[in-house]
Amino acid sequence: MLASGIMDEDAGSMLRVLESGAGAVVTKSIGQVQRKGHPNPTFVELDCGILNAMGLPNPGIDEYITELKELKKQNGIIIGSVFGSNAEEFTEVAFKMNAYVNALELNFSCPHAEGYGLEIGQNPKFVSEITSSVVNAVSVPVYVKLSAQVNDIASIATAAEEAGANAIVAINTLKAMSINLEVKKPILGNKTGGYSGKAIKPIGVKAVYDLYDHLSIPIIGVGGVETGLDAIEYILAGASSVQIGTAVYTRGIMVFDRICKEITKWMESHNVQSISDLIGVAH
Amino acid sequence: MMDKIITSKIIKDTIENECVKTIMFNHAEPIEPGQFYMIWIPGIDEIPMSVSVIQQKKKGITFRTVGKATKALFQKTKNDIIGIRGPYGNGFSLKGEKILFVAGGTGIAMIAPAVEQAIKKNKVVDVILGAKTKKDLFFINRLKQTKATMHLSTDDGSIGFKGFATEKANELLLTNSFDAVYTCGPELMMKKLYQICLKSNIIFEASLERYMKCGVGLCGQCVVGKGIRVCVEGPVFSKSMLKDIPDFGVFNRDASGKKQLL
Repeated sequence: MLASGIMDEDAGSMLRVLESGAGAVVTKSIGQVQRKGHPNPTFVELDCGILNAMGLPNPGIDEYITELKELKKQNGIIIGSVFGSNAEEFTEVAFKMNAYVNALELNFSCPHAEGYGLEIGQNPKFVSEITSSVVNAVSVPVYVKLSAQVNDIASIATAAEEAGANAIVAINTLKAMSINLEVKKPILGNKTGGYSGKAIKPIGVKAVYDLYDHLSIPIIGVGGVETGLDAIEYILAGASSVQIGTAVYTRGIMVFDRICKEITKWMESHNVQSISDLIGVAH
Repeated sequence: MMDKIITSKIIKDTIENECVKTIMFNHAEPIEPGQFYMIWIPGIDEIPMSVSVIQQKKKGITFRTVGKATKALFQKTKNDIIGIRGPYGNGFSLKGEKILFVAGGTGIAMIAPAVEQAIKKNKVVDVILGAKTKKDLFFINRLKQTKATMHLSTDDGSIGFKGFATEKANELLLTNSFDAVYTCGPELMMKKLYQICLKSNIIFEASLERYMKCGVGLCGQCVVGKGIRVCVEGPVFSKSMLKDIPDFGVFNRDASGKKQLL
């Protein structure tokens, strides 16, 4: 599936991603009100990945609903990503999205927006309170997206599971910085950003592996998945599905279709009948 | 990799008119007219800019002061540092043997290297430089040095044809047999030209401008139509591609992604 924050500005983009082989798309993270996000540069390419600090730009839930309505006319599976600074904000947006999406993903892990994302998601008490509030207000499954940059991801995920979360999504980009030597200043407008791509895959795989030991709900793996083999590695660690973000840049928009074919090819050559036979096999 | 920011000292800056400036920098990688760079103004912003001067080892951008970023860039002079990534996107195809270029306002900046390229390819070229008034025009002398037939057009008639560039274009299209029209300028002007060119088989390409963030097709900020990324699939679009872009001449999106009518 498509990870949040990539090619999900409007219904048309997400439709294009679905037609490129994605099984589902996650919307960009939406909040109560319009938000411009951080000033450019918001994107920097580095040696082993990319750094971004978009800063949760979104037109606000009331405006974004029109995109979701448009998308709902099609047959794709849509997961609505929600951010907020407290239970009330999360719940209001989630409630408004509920009718138009197949599931919700709560953003507890954006590393570059003050007062949101990771700043809330590193505290199991907040995660539990917000998750439970959203679960009680909506009818669709609720996924919780966590960061690997916390003391103990398993305890936070467990708090989410106990609060009623239906799946855990791990991981988000990792807090990082790049400084230009000539200008002698951080490049990103926000100075701090989130690092993604191939370099963070082992960190994501380790997080999923740890979560698998502690949870009974499904895990969705994210972080550096570029090929079918990367996806299989996440699945062996315990993921039931994976999300793709940066690889849309490194391999193009058809990456979804290509990864699916690579998974099938690997399964055939290893005599695997069903992908579910692979989940958590590395344990 | 072309997507990494390369910092470069400004080697020359030229004031073109009251609000328009050209900045030159060392950049050896080839670029086609219509393609663009993401220009980093350290501490201020990063913005997409079409190439306006193409030399083998040096490239240039020409811009009007319209916002915070271009105002800051306008202040930059020789030896100041800017960051460059790119080139990005697709340029003009320059198909056809008898070509009409229509540039409106700051669109002149990206049309100028396209005219020069077309002349180099031995095409027969007419170019309309349009603006609100005489003092908004630039690159007149530069283009006079080419073999292109120049037509100036101002809304107030302070120089050349009095009226919109589209009216001048319509007049030329009726009296000549062009096989291609390439345009860059205000979107409503380009939309009008597009509608004129829809009536015939003439080749038509227009360069669209949208708010951009990543510039490489990842963030989705600049999408039009059904997930068409202006930074990757554009910024120059052909007539057949524009048919699939209902946004064209109707709306764009601000930094938050909210639609704004043009």
